[in-house]
Amino acid sequence: MSSANAFVTDAKESARETAEQVGALGLDKYKYGFETDIEMEFAPKGVNEDIVRLISSKKEDPEWLLEWRLRAFSVWQDMPEPQWQKPHVPQIDYQDIYYYAAPKQTNKPQSLDEVDPKLLETYEKLGIPLKEQEVLAGVQGAPKVAVDAVFDSVSVATTYKKTLEAEGIVFCSISEAVHTHPELVKKYLGSVVPYSDNKHACLNSAVFTDGSFVYIPKGVRCPMELSTYFRINAENTGQFERTLIIADEGSYVSYLEGCTAPQRDENQLHAAVVELIALDDAEIKYSTVQNWYPGDEDGKGGIYNFVTKRAACRGKNSKVSWTQVETGSAITWKYPSCILQGDNSVGEFYSVAITNNRQEADTGTKMIHLGKNTRSRIISKGISAGRADQTYRGLVRVMPRADGARNFTQCDSLLIGGNCGAHTIPYIESRNPTAQLEHEATTSRISEDQLFYCLSRGLGEEEAIALIVNGFCKEVMQTLPMEFAVEAQKLIGISLEGSVG
Amino acid sequence: MSLLSIKNFAVEVDEKPILKGIDLEIGPGEVHAIMGPNGSGKSTLSYALAGRDGYEVTGGSVTFDGQDLLELDADERAREGLFLAFQYPVELPGVTNTTFLKHALNAKRKHQGLEELDALEFVKAVRKKAKELNMPDDMLKRAVNVGFSGGEKKRNETLQMAVLEPRMAILDETDSGLDIDALKVVSDGVNRLRDENRSFLVITHYQRLLDYIVPDHVHVLSAGRIVKSGDKSLALELEKSGYAEFVDAA
Ligand SMILES: Nc1ncnc2c1ncn2[C@@H]1O[C@H](COP(=O)(O)OP(=O)(O)OP(=O)(O)O)[C@@H](O)[C@H]1O
Ligand SMILES: [Mg+2]
Repeated sequence: MSSANAFVTDAKESARETAEQVGALGLDKYKYGFETDIEMEFAPKGVNEDIVRLISSKKEDPEWLLEWRLRAFSVWQDMPEPQWQKPHVPQIDYQDIYYYAAPKQTNKPQSLDEVDPKLLETYEKLGIPLKEQEVLAGVQGAPKVAVDAVFDSVSVATTYKKTLEAEGIVFCSISEAVHTHPELVKKYLGSVVPYSDNKHACLNSAVFTDGSFVYIPKGVRCPMELSTYFRINAENTGQFERTLIIADEGSYVSYLEGCTAPQRDENQLHAAVVELIALDDAEIKYSTVQNWYPGDEDGKGGIYNFVTKRAACRGKNSKVSWTQVETGSAITWKYPSCILQGDNSVGEFYSVAITNNRQEADTGTKMIHLGKNTRSRIISKGISAGRADQTYRGLVRVMPRADGARNFTQCDSLLIGGNCGAHTIPYIESRNPTAQLEHEATTSRISEDQLFYCLSRGLGEEEAIALIVNGFCKEVMQTLPMEFAVEAQKLIGISLEGSVG
Repeated sequence: MSLLSIKNFAVEVDEKPILKGIDLEIGPGEVHAIMGPNGSGKSTLSYALAGRDGYEVTGGSVTFDGQDLLELDADERAREGLFLAFQYPVELPGVTNTTFLKHALNAKRKHQGLEELDALEFVKAVRKKAKELNMPDDMLKRAVNVGFSGGEKKRNETLQMAVLEPRMAILDETDSGLDIDALKVVSDGVNRLRDENRSFLVITHYQRLLDYIVPDHVHVLSAGRIVKSGDKSLALELEKSGYAEFVDAA
């Protein structure tokens, strides 16, 4: 997207304060010189070639991966910050971030008493047990792994692991996969999102430390939804997470990312990379519920979520569906995309984005049609409340060879109250006259009639709004796996609390 | 004692006085009919009783089972057992009828200190009531009123009433748009709910409805006032002579 498409907004005071506040975290007591501390469990703040080498050596990377990281790092250094997005992103001080195993931070809450009471209220409503609340809120001394309340811990996870192994499915952390399946990692890592793709992806490539790896062998239908919850060895999800999923010929997998409970994290910047590869006749369904802490009502303390997610439908008849429910973060900036290379391949993008209070979101998708008879479908539902602002930005590009390509795009925005904003920016580029492209967009408000109708049946105002909004999002919510859908519905209600009255 | 006691009730919309002092006493188990020309304030009365925003009460009082109705918010009134069947039912895209009914019923049960109904029990009960109203099951799975015909919407209002079992139901032209068979089905639905404790305020333009739902009292509303009250024979009279007499009087 060219700079002509750049949108500049007024500087958002609160967002800048967030940056300052996070920058001012009292971490200076960890002024260890790098040279002397190479054996320590953490590296000092900031990023440079030595830090990249340190991360690589801690991860026991093979030589090729170290070189890849270093190349990424050198490209990153000269890359300008992106400027075209709608949200005002405060200047990020990359030298003020820990890139490897941040030391035990003094600003971590010592107990739940020190956590934003609003956050605790939400946990309460979601019915999250106390111990998990501590994990999610990042309380000092809490265990490292959050296990979903529904799935009881280790024994269940072990059973799952056995089932997967029997099918030949690989599901492990990416650092593990580098050692156990080097040929796959080497072949596919960066093959969908090259390290030079964008500033955030580039940094991720240089310094990533954790993430998931999935390989589904030929003809295998993964018998369960894969979720990071089952990865019992998972470390804390880092701020530079890297996920790689490969579905070999004729295979199928459904992958769940995220968590309905709002997660706090001292790391303000989250720059993850997700790469999906679907070979001939393979299908990948990738569902996300993103609910990072959005900050308090003024947006202070919230996460910036800048993630690069891209799928390559490499094989003929392959299919990738992205479904996302985005309710968290102070700033969300992401475009899960599909490159439809294989003939007859299909890309789908279903999105619900909710912004409330001071949240900002600039999200959408890109569908790049390369192969013949490729099809894409985009359903985006944006809900804005409070003083929030959001933008749908979508690109549908049809290349000359893509005879018979088709796209259907529908973008609906729902506004709650008079101080929020919604923008729809579709880019359509067709270089093939046989392409059929349809675009529909609507913007609406919850009508007074609808609200009163619900009230007159005994529903409280917040319940009424949640019901109406869930109705508005239904097409997308239906694409979520059952266990996610129920929680996501509740979440929609919770994220809109206080948006009326 | 009256179940609904309306005294000298005055209501403004957008600073325009619409209701100019209504007096109405509805006893338990009674059915009252209100008739009157277009624009006389019938819907205004029903919205104001249901507690809609923008309907500003400028005078008088309303008690419901002894408590001050005007103190309560719209949703509280509903949970206390007041129901309004809308003249123009509202569409809720993406919200299925079943989901909507479940939320409504559970809100009320919670208010009454009862357990939420078990999902299976609930579906069974709703299906039974839908069947009595000649509504096919698939209508329960459809979004509330979306794509429903005029008559289907009215039947849907009746279904909601049947499920919620209010103590006081206001039916605002529930008969308009119904074909002859549907009119009978809906009337039967109302009659099934009639008992010594439950009361109805039926707004209609057509005497015919009152052949099915026989009222204890009939009132004529004109220009924001009740200008005449009588028994069911008043409806027959009106059918013959129209409202001319009252419009002049008002
Ligand atoms: N927002 C408003 N601003 C001004 N006048 C209004 C407003 N809403 C309603 N009115 C007026 O109030 C009067 C009463 O309307 P109401 O809908 O109560 O009539 P009604 O008796 O139900 O009529 P009908 O038989 O046609 O349903 C009408 O003259 C109408 O135009
Ligand atoms: Mg009316």
